[in-house]
Amino acid sequence: MTALLRIEDLTLGIKDEDGVTPILRGISLDVAAGQVQGLAGESGSGKTITGMTVMGMEPAGSVTSGHIWLEDTDLLALRGKELNQVRGQRVGMVFQDPSASLHPQLTVGSQLTDHVRYHLKLKRAAATDLACDWLERVGIPGGRAVLRRYPHEFSGGQRQRIAIAMALACSPGVLIADEPTTALDVTVQAGVLALLRELVDTLHLAVLFVTHDLGVMSAIADNVAVMHDGEIVEAGPREQVFTNPAHAYTRSLLASLPGAKGGLLSRADLETLGGGW
Amino acid sequence: MAETRRSLPSRIWRAIPPGIRAPLGVVSAVIALVWVVLCLIGPQITPHDPLAQNLPLYQPPGVDTLLGTDELGRDVFSRILAGAQVTVGLALLLVVMSMVVGSVLGVVAGFFGRWVDEAIMRFTDLVMAFPTVILAMVTAAALGASLFNAVLAALIVSWPPYARVVRSMVLSLRHQEYVASGRLLGFSPLKSIGVDILPNVAGPTLVMASADIGTAALLLSGLSFLGLGAKPPSPEWGAMVSSAVRHFDKWWMGVFPGLAILTVVICFNFLGDALRDYFDPKGATR
Amino acid sequence: MPQPSVSPASGDNSDPALPSAGRQGRRSHAALLRYLGKRLVISVFLLFGITLVTFILTNLVPGDPVAAAVGQRAAEDPAVVAAFRAKYGLDLPLPQQYANYLARLVQFDLGTSWQTHNPVAKDLSTAIPATMEIAFAAIVCAAIIGVVFGAWSAYKRGKITDQVLRMVSLVGISVPTFWMAIVCFYVFYYRLGIAPGSGRLTPGVSAPPHVTGMYTVDALLAGDLRAFVDAAAHLSLPTLVLTLYTIGLLTRFSRTSFLEVLDSVYVRAAKAKGLPGRTVFFKYVLRAAAIPILTVVGLAFGSLLSGTVLVESIFSWPGLGSYAYQSASNLDLLAVMGVGLFVGVVYLSINLAIDIAYGFIDPRVRVG
Repeated sequence: MTALLRIEDLTLGIKDEDGVTPILRGISLDVAAGQVQGLAGESGSGKTITGMTVMGMEPAGSVTSGHIWLEDTDLLALRGKELNQVRGQRVGMVFQDPSASLHPQLTVGSQLTDHVRYHLKLKRAAATDLACDWLERVGIPGGRAVLRRYPHEFSGGQRQRIAIAMALACSPGVLIADEPTTALDVTVQAGVLALLRELVDTLHLAVLFVTHDLGVMSAIADNVAVMHDGEIVEAGPREQVFTNPAHAYTRSLLASLPGAKGGLLSRADLETLGGGW
Repeated sequence: MAETRRSLPSRIWRAIPPGIRAPLGVVSAVIALVWVVLCLIGPQITPHDPLAQNLPLYQPPGVDTLLGTDELGRDVFSRILAGAQVTVGLALLLVVMSMVVGSVLGVVAGFFGRWVDEAIMRFTDLVMAFPTVILAMVTAAALGASLFNAVLAALIVSWPPYARVVRSMVLSLRHQEYVASGRLLGFSPLKSIGVDILPNVAGPTLVMASADIGTAALLLSGLSFLGLGAKPPSPEWGAMVSSAVRHFDKWWMGVFPGLAILTVVICFNFLGDALRDYFDPKGATR
Repeated sequence: MPQPSVSPASGDNSDPALPSAGRQGRRSHAALLRYLGKRLVISVFLLFGITLVTFILTNLVPGDPVAAAVGQRAAEDPAVVAAFRAKYGLDLPLPQQYANYLARLVQFDLGTSWQTHNPVAKDLSTAIPATMEIAFAAIVCAAIIGVVFGAWSAYKRGKITDQVLRMVSLVGISVPTFWMAIVCFYVFYYRLGIAPGSGRLTPGVSAPPHVTGMYTVDALLAGDLRAFVDAAAHLSLPTLVLTLYTIGLLTRFSRTSFLEVLDSVYVRAAKAKGLPGRTVFFKYVLRAAAIPILTVVGLAFGSLLSGTVLVESIFSWPGLGSYAYQSASNLDLLAVMGVGLFVGVVYLSINLAIDIAYGFIDPRVRVG
């Protein structure tokens, strides 16, 4: 299986008056189409910055090296307009807090169609049709009327579904999801995770799924990588990492999970954590 | 990493907010310090008597009279040095007074809430709705032109921002657990304010005050410029600019006192900004 | 000019009268009307407060308005003083005086100035347009330049452009307006001779027929090109001085607002959609930053009005500032109250207008 997104020995440091502070120290990851690559770790481990760097949105003052291959394009080498052609069109992104990621003063329709019209050169009517299709697909009923409404008129879960539709509207092959369920209630979480999984399977998406929540991770990821202090300390298929963690750090993360017995999880625990979607 | 070993001077240096460590910050800090020192010793080190009318009139800037002389034969340079005490000193006084008055009202409003809060905040709104300069002007005119009255007048328009900010800080503190638990332990309101609230409010308020010194100097010199502050012989900078208006061709009479005000205001504004950015990156006290 | 009340963040977040947007979702028409009604009532109370404060200040203080009005010599003659007091009702008890003032006020009678012997309303009607002319010109220039500078500075955060613009705006708010006015007058009029002297028109140029009271506008309406050019030239220096100060203020506040918006997740999300920078700025950033910036522009306009006091006195501009200054220093009670009331009305209407404008800009507080 060939990887759609391949991160190769990515390092990133932030430059200030004291020199360069290393944030990422040689990250390598492969994400294949139809697969969810989980990226776990505590806050500050560098997992979110990894996702942002794929989007070309690393923090100001960053110094990077390595490669981020999207098929045969090195995203790390792209600038300006070329980068904009990739963003939204070939890589989409979903953010943590859906109430913050939608512009409060713009209608949902406007935010769902502007990049579609720009990237796919669609007319307004065609873009609107596409937006309607997407809304239906992410489970928001109501058709065109919904497009005229503003973000604050929706619940948190609905907003995240809209954000997912926004990220996927131009049919990118890769999706970066940065803690997409963290800000949601547990019951709503399960629904959004189920939606994501379904989209991955039907659209054959390659997803980089960043989260600190191993419960969520076990529910959606095919492969899991665990980050600590800017490095990947452990990576592998979900079952392997969860049931038989090789690294002490992974074990301590798992031990801190509620319901973990003796530091390790059984398959039954995994199913429980998965939340029965 | 590189944090391991640093000399003591280097560690002290690094404890200073970055904005002030930057070249412009250092320059501002030095100039501000010079003005504050002059505020203390200025009148003692003037080359000429700032009030004596014993020099040739309208002398352009030269060797003996560095910044020239005015229409009464007084040395402009000496007057500026002596005037630091008036303008800078009173600006500092005004800021401290506004801070105290505003904070007391803000704490009382925020802590006691209900009608006390309502009454104080409506009064604050009232003062803020009043045009600042005009209110200060009316007060100064009504009280009679004197420096002290100018400070009083300026105080009347300067306290409301403190009251508002302090009140909103107290409101958010009041619901913090440790404040509530202090009350449950039987702290009197006064003790609760003193122990749990004031220490937390003090920092941001001081930062806000430091950014306000420049504004205070501008307001006071503006009142003096209008003839509502310092009385004629006093070497107040605003009053000096004012008397220069009638002697247009003698540019040095007005330019230098104005530059003195400008440097004071810029320095304190700059330092205030740097402090605020450092302690309060989100700008809550703005 | 000194204007501590122009700190927008201290303005609205602590105002309990503001509706908490968002939580309630779409607010009904009735709720908005009720809110505006409440604001209006509060405003009326504030205006009464302003008259009361001015009244108390000018009465309970050592200065003697009679002496100021009739002159020191005449004030020594008890008959003159008594006549003056009787004429203006000053012999009545203070609460009675205040009640009389309010009774006339509700009929829009502001009383008669002791200084000019004109009705205060008449004096104001010539002074206000003169000041508005400067204030409008200055706020428009300053808003355009300030917002552009603020956005530019925020986009170049930390870079050299940002630092230069921050420094310039800091200098802008630090310059004493009255000193700047003199320097400009000296340089452009006295030295270079490219600006006209003080006043609103060159002696010999006749004022255009009164329509708005703003000479530039009236001259254009009358088609009097010569008067227009002359009035515009006289307007330029005072406007320049007030603009310089206001640019500094607006640059600083709009920079802060833009920075906040640029850091927001929805702007990052817009960038992540691959929209070109132009679209992100005009559609996403500007729209969000417009709300706080609008507030500051409104407040800055209010501060311009009282800031004109210092500038008008230098350019002999017969506006509100000059009038306020003359009446304040002569303790001309009714005139001062008239000015205070007018500026208070402007300040409160600006706040109200901003609130209503929010409704149009922000769907969370939209009508209906």
